[in-house]
Amino acid sequence: MDKTVSSLEQAVAGIENGTVLMIGGFGGSGAPVELIHALVDRHVATGSPAGLTVVNNNAGNGRVGIAAMIDAGMVAKMVCSFPRSSDPRAFAEKYLANEIGLELVPQGTLAERIRAAGAGIPAFYTPTSYGTELAEGKSVAEFEGKKYVQERWLQADVAIIKAELADTHGNLTYRHAARNFSPLMCMAAGVSIVQARKIVAPGDIDPEHVVTPGIFVDAVLEVPEPLQEEELIRSGTAYP
Amino acid sequence: MNVRKLTSAQIAWRAAQDISDGAYVNLGIGLPELVARFQPEGRQAVFHTENGVLGFGEAPAAGEEDWDLINAGKKAITLKPGAAFFHHADSFAMVRGGHLDVAILGAYQVAQSGDLANWRVGSKGVPAVGGAMDLVHGAKRVAVVTDHVTKDGKPKLVEECTFPLTGKECIGRVYTSLAVVDVIDGRFVLREKLPEISLEELQSRTGAELATPDQVGDLVAPDLG
Repeated sequence: MDKTVSSLEQAVAGIENGTVLMIGGFGGSGAPVELIHALVDRHVATGSPAGLTVVNNNAGNGRVGIAAMIDAGMVAKMVCSFPRSSDPRAFAEKYLANEIGLELVPQGTLAERIRAAGAGIPAFYTPTSYGTELAEGKSVAEFEGKKYVQERWLQADVAIIKAELADTHGNLTYRHAARNFSPLMCMAAGVSIVQARKIVAPGDIDPEHVVTPGIFVDAVLEVPEPLQEEELIRSGTAYP
Repeated sequence: MNVRKLTSAQIAWRAAQDISDGAYVNLGIGLPELVARFQPEGRQAVFHTENGVLGFGEAPAAGEEDWDLINAGKKAITLKPGAAFFHHADSFAMVRGGHLDVAILGAYQVAQSGDLANWRVGSKGVPAVGGAMDLVHGAKRVAVVTDHVTKDGKPKLVEECTFPLTGKECIGRVYTSLAVVDVIDGRFVLREKLPEISLEELQSRTGAELATPDQVGDLVAPDLG
């Protein structure tokens, strides 16, 4: 059993037009920049993949990562909680021109919808958004005298994820706060593709320290010295 | 009447006085973040950030940022001994599950029912909600820090919010630049006010009736420069 793939091209080769794509990270922390840019490369060279629905907390910043995907015209819709943050030009331009869709989801609901999909729970009730415009059209139920909003699971075809260590079975650790949505996305996606700073042999990650068990992971690729998206944004880097 | 209102730092200082030692606390982005600077001597709260960190401390020195270690405002942070990392579903379980002791948020408007509006002011532009709608549910105490009125002098404490709601009946206490006000049974109850402002003047800057119990304390904060 070895889930290692040998190149970025190979890692993202199976992502098709119209894919629902979860992308790990919260701002630059945990953003799988190399995998994202490999997708942009493929799109620039072949016109595919396009029409993607992208799930991430944000909607891209600066001119790299998800913003580069949006600028390349690959993204039909974003599902996110905070499509602003610093320099959100790429998304804002297209959104205000009605050229990209937005499903705005409260951050905790976004996390729980992803978790629910990974756990086989089609719907759940949360107090979040009750009585607000984001609950319009959703079922409401009362439990113990309090009102809750029904939310549905959020499934995906593919997740692309940045990890710190992976073993060849796909067991993962993360670095600092770069964990964020990634363990949930690995559970929720049909195929989870991971770039890790280092790939080690099975047993080299202490089982006590595994954060994402390999059962949730399909492919791992070693990307030593990965780019940090926040540094790219701050240096004004544009991709491609 | 020209009342010298509390500065942002002084509002944050006042809110910090109500946070007990060992409390688990989430501070919203902006003015609420200042609360962390004013923990009273001998008390140490544990700060939570939505993106999966408990027990973070000050910002690092310029040039020493590690961009894998940030808070919900995407600012670089440092860790205190005893810190923990966790994923987003666990992070919001801490929020909605009633595990946080205090959440302190900013506001565009707070209604006398405890309704909060703090995520957008109209229907223009790109909407962004982040964790605001989650944070108003579940913490044992949800408080607001805010100027008492808007920049153009309109009340922020109102009968009903006119801006889009973040949550219904969720706010328990409001710390403003003029007063400390509790929300109890659908009414604003005045707890403290600046000594130099009259009840009438305070009421005139408030968009809903302020109930005034016999005991109203003086709102006094140190000069914080």
